[in-house]
Amino acid sequence: MTTVEKTGNRRLSAEELEAFGAEMDAIRQRIVADLGEKDSAYIYDIVKKQRAFELAGRALFYLPVIGWVPAVACLSISKILDNMEIGHNVMHGQYDWMGDPDLNSRMFEWDNVCPSDQWKYSHNYIHHTFTNVLGKDRDIGYGILRMDEDQKWHPYFLGNPVYAFLLMVFFEWGVAMHDLEVENIVAGKRKMSDNAELHRGLMKKVKRQALKDYVLFPLLTGPLAPLTFLGNGVANLVRNIWAFNIIFCGHFPAGVASFSQEECEDETQGHWYYRQLLGSANITGGRIFHLMSGNLSHQIEHHLFPDLPARRYPEIAEEVREICERYDLAYNAGPLHQQLWGVFKKICKYALPDRKRSAADDVETAPALQGVAA
Amino acid sequence: MALDLGGRILRSRTVAALASPHGIDRYLTEINPMLAAHEVRARITDIHPEVSAPGAPRVATVTLQPTSTWRGHRAGQHVTVGIDTGEGRRTTRVFTVSNTEGKPGEPLTITVRAHDDEHATPYSISKFLTERATVGTLVHLSQAEGDFVLPDRVPEHIVLISGGSGITPVMSMLRSLQRRTHRGKVSFLHWAPSADRQIFADELEEIRHQGHGVDLHILHTADGAPYLSPALLEKLVPGYQDLPTWACGPASLIEAAQAAYDGTESLRVEYFKPPKTAGVAGGEMEFARTGKTVANDGATILDQAEAAGLSPESGCRMGICFSCTTNKSSGRVRNVLTGETSELPDEQIRICVSTPEGDCSVDL
Repeated sequence: MTTVEKTGNRRLSAEELEAFGAEMDAIRQRIVADLGEKDSAYIYDIVKKQRAFELAGRALFYLPVIGWVPAVACLSISKILDNMEIGHNVMHGQYDWMGDPDLNSRMFEWDNVCPSDQWKYSHNYIHHTFTNVLGKDRDIGYGILRMDEDQKWHPYFLGNPVYAFLLMVFFEWGVAMHDLEVENIVAGKRKMSDNAELHRGLMKKVKRQALKDYVLFPLLTGPLAPLTFLGNGVANLVRNIWAFNIIFCGHFPAGVASFSQEECEDETQGHWYYRQLLGSANITGGRIFHLMSGNLSHQIEHHLFPDLPARRYPEIAEEVREICERYDLAYNAGPLHQQLWGVFKKICKYALPDRKRSAADDVETAPALQGVAA
Repeated sequence: MALDLGGRILRSRTVAALASPHGIDRYLTEINPMLAAHEVRARITDIHPEVSAPGAPRVATVTLQPTSTWRGHRAGQHVTVGIDTGEGRRTTRVFTVSNTEGKPGEPLTITVRAHDDEHATPYSISKFLTERATVGTLVHLSQAEGDFVLPDRVPEHIVLISGGSGITPVMSMLRSLQRRTHRGKVSFLHWAPSADRQIFADELEEIRHQGHGVDLHILHTADGAPYLSPALLEKLVPGYQDLPTWACGPASLIEAAQAAYDGTESLRVEYFKPPKTAGVAGGEMEFARTGKTVANDGATILDQAEAAGLSPESGCRMGICFSCTTNKSSGRVRNVLTGETSELPDEQIRICVSTPEGDCSVDL
């Protein structure tokens, strides 16, 4: 396990945790009280831009030869905005306070093969509640990768880099399959019949997405249909690669801690914040980069305050940084290439069996692959 | 006809498949909010003050021009109205449609009394409509709903009973009857606090003068008029128990009417929920869908529901995952994370971090 100590961090005392939690609560309350016109205008503006990119993308496919690349670019941007800054954040309930059913976490559906209700369960509940708790957080390795030394090695994991590459290319499908908990079926902890309902919902969504991107829109462009078909596929691929990279930089770069279930039993709110902070990593970059990452470049702030509008994360980040300094806790942030390199090294390192294990590391925790279906 | 064809195309399955998953209305609204294939929106075209007596809450009749998707309404029906009342928040409330029954796409009116007691940020929808809305303000509507309506063939003699702002659906019925040139008799009994707070005062006066088969009794309780009782009804409308009756008003009036009609099928009622007095502790926690009611012990609604043997959907139990979001139909709740209280009707709340303050009803 990448314990807190291994990441060079210290444990906080119960009193410190409580004070730390109170400071985080204070940030939340201040932001909640300040939510208003600017936040709603922002998200409406992003939605407008996303729709404009989408329409432009669909339309540019009618322009033979010179239109194709711009069309794919526009559609890729549309899908990235839809899935990340809009979809992911709206489905976190970040804009529920606005009272607009179109931006309500319970109503929103995204341009992605994963049905929103299934994603919300595995993401909002399982991943955000049990972040980086081994055996609980199924986002550690997504059930197919080995991303922590406490996941027991098996020759299967020699393919770690290959699986990661495939997961990147087919990311939306990976996200959609995630909820079926295939690894738990293999491990005999889950029955196929448990998936009947999920499977039905999934197939419905898959059909709709495929009908739109791979049948109707191509057909509408007549003789250009094959090019449109290809272009839509590429736009989905671009979104997959981008989303995978941003998301893997959220919890797997060097210096991110994982936690055992024992550590998190009867957890206080303060420890929960502490775990979110040390279990996440930020990516530094410019304004457009943050927008295109759905502000998941502020993964730390997102994990501390998953239900606050993401446009607030940059301002929150300054305070969180300052608090971290005072508590002598690391604030894991770095440019995209640095964080990606850390992720890549981890994927390769854990493909191989561990070279040495000290006794202290042999604490019995269930690896994610044999995870508990909560 | 061209418009109709456009509407049929926009509502086609092909367009739905192309616009999936957001739906065609999400694109149309970016072009013009008054373009819609399924949803109903409207613009305010007129705001007419009904009551602006000093000290009394303002009342105004708001005229709305809906999108072509509005399917019209029958007299007595209501509509859910959503308005962006400021600070980026949309508030939603139900209002009775007050004008004559209307056909698809025709303008409608709602008559609104400003309520002070709603804790909406920054304005309650009724205050917003009566004080701040202007011609051109965009409004989100549902279709007309409710079965408190007149039948297509209206009986020879009917009774209409209303109290306070409960006059709006009854007024819509009366206006519709007049337009239908109903030749029978209408006994109309209305209770209001006093003359200077009387909604539709001029129109009622005109109806009284014209007669036309409308037997009008306006009873101002502040001036000593008696409240609804069997004896009074018998005096004003002899044989009332056998006459088809529509009654709308506050709970006290409806309860008095129900007692007077003693279970006969001739009475049809609609009433507003009385504003419940909210205390910090105590009161009743109602789980409306399962019909269970428990004494509010001050714990979160999720805990109280589970203690009552229900198993509502839930997840993190700390307010971050929104799995437990449930509709609260009435009552005041406190968000234990922020300390904020809220008593909007029909509000989505996270029951794992909401504690009721006084009576509360949720859809569980």
